[in-house]
Formats: sequence, structure tokens, C-alpha cells
Amino acid sequence: MEVRVESLFCGYGKEEPVLSDINLEMSTDDGLICIIGPNGVGKSTLIKCIDGLIQPQSGAVLLDGKDVREYGRKELADRIGYVQSVYDTRSNMSVFETVSMGRFNHMGWRVSAEDLQMVDRAIRVMGIQHLSEKSINELSAGQFQKAMIARGLVQDTEVLILDEPTSNLDIRSQVFVTSLLKNMANVEKKLIIMISHDVNIASKMADKILILARPGRVLAFGTPEEVITESNIMEAYGVECDITDHEGRPNILIRSDSV
Amino acid sequence: MNWFILPIEKRPADGGPLNQDSIKEPTVKEAIAIWGAPTDEDEKRRVKEGYARTSRTKILFIVFGIIALVVSLIVAVGLGPVTIGFFNSIQILIDHITGNIQDRTNDYFIWEGRLPRALLGALTGAGLAVGGCVMQSILNNNLADSYTTGISAGAGFGATIAFIAGITLSTGAYAVVINAFVFSLIPTLVILGISKLKGGSPLVMVMSGIALMYFFNAVSSVFKIMADPKDLAALYAWQLGSLGNCQWPDVILVFVVSIPCTLLLLFFTSRFNLLSFGDDYAKSMGVNVSFLRNTSLVAVTVITAILVSFTGLIGFVGLVAPHICRIVIGSDNRYLLPASAFVGAFLVVVADTFGRVAFQPYELQVGIITAFIGAPLFLYLLLRSKKTVW
Repeated sequence: MEVRVESLFCGYGKEEPVLSDINLEMSTDDGLICIIGPNGVGKSTLIKCIDGLIQPQSGAVLLDGKDVREYGRKELADRIGYVQSVYDTRSNMSVFETVSMGRFNHMGWRVSAEDLQMVDRAIRVMGIQHLSEKSINELSAGQFQKAMIARGLVQDTEVLILDEPTSNLDIRSQVFVTSLLKNMANVEKKLIIMISHDVNIASKMADKILILARPGRVLAFGTPEEVITESNIMEAYGVECDITDHEGRPNILIRSDSV
Repeated sequence: MNWFILPIEKRPADGGPLNQDSIKEPTVKEAIAIWGAPTDEDEKRRVKEGYARTSRTKILFIVFGIIALVVSLIVAVGLGPVTIGFFNSIQILIDHITGNIQDRTNDYFIWEGRLPRALLGALTGAGLAVGGCVMQSILNNNLADSYTTGISAGAGFGATIAFIAGITLSTGAYAVVINAFVFSLIPTLVILGISKLKGGSPLVMVMSGIALMYFFNAVSSVFKIMADPKDLAALYAWQLGSLGNCQWPDVILVFVVSIPCTLLLLFFTSRFNLLSFGDDYAKSMGVNVSFLRNTSLVAVTVITAILVSFTGLIGFVGLVAPHICRIVIGSDNRYLLPASAFVGAFLVVVADTFGRVAFQPYELQVGIITAFIGAPLFLYLLLRSKKTVW
């Protein structure tokens, strides 16, 4: 599948657009794409636009050449999975039940053995099998986030979009989740787009990195080697950094006196 | 570590630190292997059994609810000025159905007096509980019930002008009923209009519901100030909610209206689950959220309107029955909705029977009793429940 963003302007209400003139081309060959950029630059807005959750002010997002707005909601749900960064939920369903909600589009009235197996596997992949019968609102923030990622995985879509999926995870789990997503993207030929604030993990794992900079524009889009440069980091975040090489990928060290 | 606030079963036997479940996180390689492993029949069976085991408790609770309801119905038809024994009641019910009526007097008591009343009570309880459960889901608000969007105030206004000013939309025995029904639909129509203009956020709906409730209550008050005390008494009795004077046609009408609406809502339950994680999540899963919310609102309104028109305002059941079930079986709406229906029906049947029998020859209105029985029961479950439910 191919995702094309064409001169996209997007914002909320009648205010100034958050994103202005975004042009991008992504496809399932790209594997894992990490979106980085400062707070409020429009990272979440962009991915919501791609999933058709907010309407662009002008321009369009095309999936395989067809405008997102022309797809039905169910058609989109079959193609794009979306994991939010924050959920406001009062649900006290068990972790297993919650993760199985990701199979909604595949389930009829009766849940099939295949669905259940997939849910069970996703839970084990995320290492939360010991919590599977626990109520979702009794989990820690990190455990909750792992359950949400598992739920995104079982949706089994060609495109999976995750909004800061590692924001509450410990350092091992951050690397684990990012690396898992990269491997899945490459093995199963998926396009996985995730927003991240850890430039170094993104640089190490992502096949491509998209840097957004103020005011809501694409600063750079390419392989980590191409885009993680001192000048790009300076322009996006306004900090000075040194770039070193770690495991063959650029690694940034921020100079604290520049902040 | 504060041992006092820990539930008893979590305290380790030796008093040592909490025994954490063994947590084994896979490596990326292992995870990919788990994910991509070929389909395994043994694994499938194991997972299916695990799932069946957790569903079993919930199904059991629903079955238990059905049994409790049936028993309460049989007891309800047996009790009254003339007491008929439990098994005798069953015999009379069976005799009537098979057309082999032996005991004409008791058959009359049961079939013409107590059974329609008990069944209407069951339908009322079920309808209010289903409405409460759905409203709590679609409005994302634990304090919501069928009356939240102003249905009660609208119906109250319709009844007020019928009792006091004699303004009715039709004549005959059903004049008050029709007034209450039609006026109870107005707040929902207004809310649908507002949500069309302003975007259907749940909070906007609740707020407009509250505003409409105050408005209709104010208009009703104006009529009440000018009213004859005799009319006021009749209105007050209606507002308390009563199942008295009910006939078979009422029961059949309520049944025919509320059952299709309930089935529709039952069909929506897995969508309500998605909605409990927010509108955006439900949308991303392919749910047309505004259609779901509006259709459910209309279905709940129709159920509640028909119930309120016949029985008046019976409070508390709609709010509390879903919460009671949530404490016991969790918030999976696929089970919660039917469970709430049976628990709500059971509560109203018991409350009405109690109100009918306990203070003979006087009758206490069912609306009063539901709160009398429901509130302590609810508080007890609230204190006893170990889980975080909300």
C-alpha cells in the first residue's frame, strides 16, 4: 500500500493551520518510519489526518491513489490501525478482552479460535501474559501502553500508526517495542509509522525518519544517516548536539549548555 | 507498605514482600517467533479453553439473573391479599397455559391482576437498566441513566398539562400516556439538533439534557402553582411511579415497543466497548460514532418514553442496575447489557411486590421502594468490591 500526502494544510477549526503544505510519499516498502519533532509541531495531527480522523483544510491524503475521505470508516479500519498516545477510559475489561477488541473487524458474533490465538500471541509478544486476566484499569501506565500496542498488532493491518507508543515504557521496553515494530514491518511488509521523542532509538531502528519543524512543515525525510545531522537537530529543536556513530547509526549527544 | 489497605488474599504467607507474578519479557527474536509461529491446534485449544473459562462466570451470572427473575415473578403472583403458595402459583400458571383451568378464583387473581403487573414491572426494570447501561456507555458518564437527557422532565411536563390544565393530545383512557410519551421525545429531538450543530460530544449532550430538564421542570412548576390540590395529588402519584391498574394491553404494547429497541442495542454492544476507549479509537476501528450515538439515544428514548408514560418515573434502577453488574462481571457490554436487564427487572419486581404486600392494605409506590432496596444493596457492593471498577 502507498500513502501519499499532497500539499496538506490541516488544523483545528478556523485557527491557523497546524500543518502547512505537507508533501510526503510513504509505502509498505519503507518499513518503520519514525516521526520526530518538537512539541506541538503537528505530529499527531499528521497521523490523524492520514487515518482520516480529522479533515484537512486543503490538500489530501491518498491511499493507493484514492482520497482517504472517499473510503468508508470500515474500509479504513481494514487498512490502517491506529494506537493513540493517551486513552481516557473507565473500562474495566480484562487485558485479554481489551486486546481482542482489536479483532473487531474480523469477528462476527462468535469469536473464532484464530482470533483468540492471535490475541494470545500478541499478549505474549508484549510480555504481559501474566496480566491477561487483570482489569485494564489496574495496570501501570507502561503495562497499559503495552496492552494498547498488542491491540494495535492484532488488528493486522497493512499500515499501523502509533502515537508515542513508548512514552511510558522503561528503557528496555522502548528499544524492544521499536525494534519489534521494525522487524514486523520488514518481515510482514507493513508500513509502520510511529511518533517518538527518543531521537537515538528512532535513529537506531527506523528505516526512515521524518522530522517536522515549526511551523508545521517537513524539515527532512529520509534514512537516519541522511536526516540526523547537527544542523537538522538545531533547526528542529534549537539545541546544539554532537553526532557520534553507534552500531553504524548516528547517535546524538545534546550539549546541555545550549538549552 | 501499608498492609491495611491490601486485600487479604494478596498478602504473602510469610509476611515478606509481595509475591510478584513471574514476569518474563521475550527478546525481539523470541517475540517475532511467537508472532509468526505456524498455527498450532494445541495452542488454539488452550487459548479457547482459557477464554471459555473467563466467559463462563459472566454467562453464569446472567443465567443466575434469569433464574432470580423467574422466581421473583412466581413469588410476586403468589403474594397479595390472598396468598397463593409458590408451587400452587406454578400449577395455576401451567394450568392456564394448557387451557385446563382448575382454580377459577386464583386463576383470575393471577392472570388478570398480578401477572400483568409483575410482567410490566419486569419490562420496566429491564428497559430502565438497559437504558442506563447504554447511556453510561454512549455519554461516557457513570452518572448517566435513561433520564439524563431530559426524558423524565419532558414526560413530566406532558403529564402535568394533562392532569392540571387538561391539555391532552388525544382523548380516552390513554390521554395521559400519550401526552407523556410525545413530550418525553422533545428533549431528545432538541439534543440531536444541538449535537448536529455543535458536534455530538457526550458532554455537550449531557449538559443540554440538564438544561432542558430545568427548563421543562420550570414550565411544569408554573402549571403546578396554579393547580387545584386534587389534581396535584394525582400528578404527584403519577410522578412517584406506580405499576397499579395495569392491563394486558399495556404489557403487550410496552413489550412490542421495547424489545426491538433492546435487540438493536444488544447488537451494538461490541461497538459500545470500542467507544469506551474514546471516539477516535472507535472511529479508527470502523465505527460511525455519531450514527451509533444518535441511534442508541433514539432507541433508549423510545424505550424510556413508553415505560415512563405507563408507569411514571421510577428512579434509581436505571442508574444502579448496570453498576451492580459492572462490579460483579466487569464492563464488557456484550455481557453487561443482558445482565443489567435481568438484574433491573428483578429489582423492580421485588420492589413492587414488597411495596404491595408489606404495608397492606396500603400500597407503597414502586419508585420509593426501588431506592429503598437499591441504595443499601449498591452501597454494600461498593464497600465489598475489591476491584477498581470505575
